[in-house]
Amino acid sequence: MSIDITTAARVAKLARIAVPQDDLPKLADELNGIIAFMEQLNEVDVDGVEPMTSVTPQRLTRREDVVTDGSQQEAVLKNAPDAREGFFAVPKVVE
Amino acid sequence: MTDLNTFGIADARDALRKGDVTSLELTEACLGAIETSGALNAFVHNTPEIARTQAAAADARIKAGDAPDMCGIPLGIKDLFCTKGVPGQAASRILEGFKPEYESTITQQLWDAGSVMLGKLNMDEFAMGSSNETSVYGDAVNPWKVDDRKLTPGGSSGGSAAAVAADLCMAATGTDTGGSIRQPAAFAGITGLKPTYGRCSRWGVVAFASSLDQAGPMTKSVRDAAIMLGAMAGHDAKDSTSAELAVPDFEAALTGDIRGKKIGIPKEYRMEGMPQEIEQLWADGTAMLKDAGAEIVDITLPHTKYALPAYYVVAPAEASSNLARYDGVRFGHRAKIGQGDGITEMYEKTRAEGFGPEVQRRVMIGTYVLSAGFYDAYYNRARKVRSLIKKDFEDVFAQGVDAILTPATPSAAFGLGEMAEADPVQMYLNDVFTVTVNLAGLPGIAVPVGLDKQGLPLGLQLIGRPWEEGDLLNTAYALEQAAGFVAKPAKWW
Repeated sequence: MSIDITTAARVAKLARIAVPQDDLPKLADELNGIIAFMEQLNEVDVDGVEPMTSVTPQRLTRREDVVTDGSQQEAVLKNAPDAREGFFAVPKVVE
Repeated sequence: MTDLNTFGIADARDALRKGDVTSLELTEACLGAIETSGALNAFVHNTPEIARTQAAAADARIKAGDAPDMCGIPLGIKDLFCTKGVPGQAASRILEGFKPEYESTITQQLWDAGSVMLGKLNMDEFAMGSSNETSVYGDAVNPWKVDDRKLTPGGSSGGSAAAVAADLCMAATGTDTGGSIRQPAAFAGITGLKPTYGRCSRWGVVAFASSLDQAGPMTKSVRDAAIMLGAMAGHDAKDSTSAELAVPDFEAALTGDIRGKKIGIPKEYRMEGMPQEIEQLWADGTAMLKDAGAEIVDITLPHTKYALPAYYVVAPAEASSNLARYDGVRFGHRAKIGQGDGITEMYEKTRAEGFGPEVQRRVMIGTYVLSAGFYDAYYNRARKVRSLIKKDFEDVFAQGVDAILTPATPSAAFGLGEMAEADPVQMYLNDVFTVTVNLAGLPGIAVPVGLDKQGLPLGLQLIGRPWEEGDLLNTAYALEQAAGFVAKPAKWW
């Protein structure tokens, strides 16, 4: 499978990274190089093999569904590039 | 007396106990060494005030007689760890100005044990790189040098390796997703341990690939690694993959007696085009373990060849998901937006400005392999191959093998900038011997064993059974004793 300029643009869009039109051919090239490297995986017989989901055979620990934290509005907002009146501020989302 | 900053953890601990030195003296020696180390670009955020306060407290605690081993030991902390109130930006522009409001579990445990924080260390951006050249802080530089060229300290924990090798600190924290502790340790002639996945909490450590990331110690000796791991390890309810296992006394495991231990030599690690010097080092290391009484057995790990391609599917996939949080809303950099730009444009511009080229590349590769239509062909296939790689190891351990000996890196440290024109895959090959260990979740340690003919350090890697870091460290200790590596870089910085 090879990545053309349209696919590169679509991937950039999905990743929410602005890539200038002029840089798309180079991006497509680089992605193709990496994808070609991954194609080696097609040589492996994976029939009947379960995909690995957990590194150690353990059930993820669960805890009781209760509030354990909170009331830290100031700390939560402290690093925000734009926080107003206790909220994160962003450009208009709804027209 | 030798310069105090050249002490390792064990030496410093013993000297502190005897009352020969104070933590303040050790700390001042390190702070002085850091001050004149600008050319190495290892420390990127210095915290001398915190260090002096912690050192004074440590001295009081040692005097009172209730001090753990790590008490009073000055450390460098990789920039990937969140440390409350101290800038931490994972060497990325996108986290510019970020000061975490909380402390990572590992650093909290180290401070609780009385350790001293000297500052934050350079690294590759979001731990993505093998040469410390993707950092927003600029390249970290290896204190080892053989000609006019500046050499890479490796990556991603390049600043940690450079700082420990140059005696700017007694030891440092590192993190390892595909080799990021072991490769820089080998390039800088120090010891680097990646523990079993789940041994150390990931909470508060900026995530790269969550199923592979594991933090560990980077130290001047195997004994130091054992001591420091003891303070870093342990169950943490805040990390759901943290293992509920007691932390053994790793240092007590260092007897140096490896008689009867079975050491596996995997034939698949004999790579085509491998430099003769690496081959020789590996043979020498094998002979050292044999002389120490170990039984050497040839083993096969048949899927080794597929580890790197599987890793470069799984790691970017997880990264693309983890790094989605950097959107210019909650922390860090936000791009200036133009008139009429909405929130999508803000995300796109913020991420284009904030992420460097390698991070962008990996996020996009991850996005691609997870996108509709390719998920099965790439991501699921890679996860199946990962199962096979893990099974390779389980099979040899089931045959009674205690540890596996391999080279740590395919070469000695290379020059900064030398890989600039190479395609990204060439750089990825640095991880060829280390990445299998992350995929299988095993503990692995790099130990300096010799110098190449130019005079640069070379390391070997030992891979152990899951949760048996004590046994692994003991084998590493025997190798260290036999190799007798004592070379230090000549000071030029």
